[in-house]
Amino acid sequence: MSGGRRAAFRRKQALMRWTIVTVCMIFFAMPMIGMFEFTLQGPGGKGHTLDTWRTLADVEKVSTDYPVLKEGFISSIQLAVLTVVLMLVLLVPTMTWVRLRLPKMSRLVEFICLLPLTVPAIVLVVGLTPVYSWVNYFLGARTLWLAFAYVVLVLPYAYRSIDAGLRAIDVRTLSEAARSLGASWPTVMWRIVLPNLRTSVLSASFLSVALVLGEFTIAALFARNNLQVAMFQLGQSDSKISVAVGFAALVFAFVVLFAMSFIGASPAGGRRFRKEKKS
Amino acid sequence: MAEGDGLSRFMAQRSTSGRARGGRRPSGALLGVAPFFVYTTVFLIIPTLVVVVGAFFTPQGRPTTAYVQTLTEPVFLEALKKSVLLSFYSAVIAGVVGGLLAYAISTAKPNGLLKRFVTSLSGVLAQFGGVALAFAFIASFGFTGLLTTWLGKAGLDLSGSLWLYEWDKGLLLVYLYFQIPLMVIVFLPAVEGIRSQWREATETLGGTTWTFWRKVGLPILAPSFAGALLLLFTNAFSAYATAAALITQASPLVPQQIASTFSSEVLLGQENVGKAMALAMVVVVAIAMAIYALIDRRASKWLQR
Repeated sequence: MSGGRRAAFRRKQALMRWTIVTVCMIFFAMPMIGMFEFTLQGPGGKGHTLDTWRTLADVEKVSTDYPVLKEGFISSIQLAVLTVVLMLVLLVPTMTWVRLRLPKMSRLVEFICLLPLTVPAIVLVVGLTPVYSWVNYFLGARTLWLAFAYVVLVLPYAYRSIDAGLRAIDVRTLSEAARSLGASWPTVMWRIVLPNLRTSVLSASFLSVALVLGEFTIAALFARNNLQVAMFQLGQSDSKISVAVGFAALVFAFVVLFAMSFIGASPAGGRRFRKEKKS
Repeated sequence: MAEGDGLSRFMAQRSTSGRARGGRRPSGALLGVAPFFVYTTVFLIIPTLVVVVGAFFTPQGRPTTAYVQTLTEPVFLEALKKSVLLSFYSAVIAGVVGGLLAYAISTAKPNGLLKRFVTSLSGVLAQFGGVALAFAFIASFGFTGLLTTWLGKAGLDLSGSLWLYEWDKGLLLVYLYFQIPLMVIVFLPAVEGIRSQWREATETLGGTTWTFWRKVGLPILAPSFAGALLLLFTNAFSAYATAAALITQASPLVPQQIASTFSSEVLLGQENVGKAMALAMVVVVAIAMAIYALIDRRASKWLQR
């Protein structure tokens, strides 16, 4: 191949790339700009003011004027934390254990973890109604218990990233080495498996947090309050504040994801156990 | 879906024949996975069975097909038609646009800013949709919305019409807004699997770019593309929040119909009608996902790097 043709091809490809990306970005940007502009509109759509954002920045005022929003925000945070903890406690030991001792079960575990993909959230709500009447009976009706359902929602995504992490390390050799040095199973999990899965555990946790913060269906139909439900209710009465919260949430999520993309660049769980080339 | 493939059977054989089990009873090993199975049984298997079984029984526990027969009523059939069509249209359009976008960023620098930016944005829009997206469109296209004003200046007067709240216009547009990003996320690994060697081989043999795409690129991507479309279809078909936040006055889609059986206290046994509708949804999604699983197995052949 002559260098000239290569360069021409590169130029054409770059032109194609920027055309497509620009067109798509304009499509994505339009409603976002519209959303942001809406929060700046003065009364009656005349003029522009920063009032909405001033209100939102004033934590005291938001707490007293919009108690629903404050409550929804707090319960979403609590739900996110509990969901991540439950998800990790359920998945990491189970998947490691299946890999080590019960390989015959791996298909079954995978099937169960991917099953929520075929059960839409709205269907899950229908089926969970009797289950939740028991949960409320034993544990009391708290918004926090929605986390039990959220763990099911995040199973497929969490399973995939943890599975990818487990594939990247030789769990069997690592755990046998640790066991032969006298470590107990809990020690193996805590000090060998988890540190090696750091990247995939992080990304599974992050996906779970994003999903929980964006969840509306289950909370709305069980008449519970979370961030999305609060935003929806506010949208009926005070749409500017609600749109501003939505915009802030999207921007915040983007900033976090963008930052994460720089952290999670290293291959999952590699490096830590590879033999050093220097002998 | 759950049949053992060669690899897992191979793994199973290797572990049983390769090493003695250290004399441990298998019951001890099973105890380790008990919490997982108990949890998923209570919060996933039982709810699924409640829907599947509940659709065929009265609240008193007598078997009946009355609820399933309500699915033939025109109101539900209309909603099912709209849901399926909306999911199909949004999947196809987003499949093409998102596929192009995925290909465009796959040609960028592997860890460059452009790729990180687009994938992060796609992650947010695909995962985070729902209420915020619906509000973005209502704010932009509302009476004083920026886009309404701009389009008005361009001679397109939208302020009087309700196009945004119609399922095949506004709702489709909002759905594309989270479907295209999802396509980018799902399809990116497939287009990144295209190796430059294949293109060079085509050129060496005298082929043009067009020959490469027609004879090599597209045939290899076809299974992944079809699989991604099915995933998008399922995603749109299951979505509830976006439509619920956008259209509060009517229930044009199946998920909204199910939700309305929740809040209506008009008829007893309504919740079982909801179960029947939910069952119909599960059937549609299960068919789509079963085809996806088959295609995915074919597609992954080419993607092993």
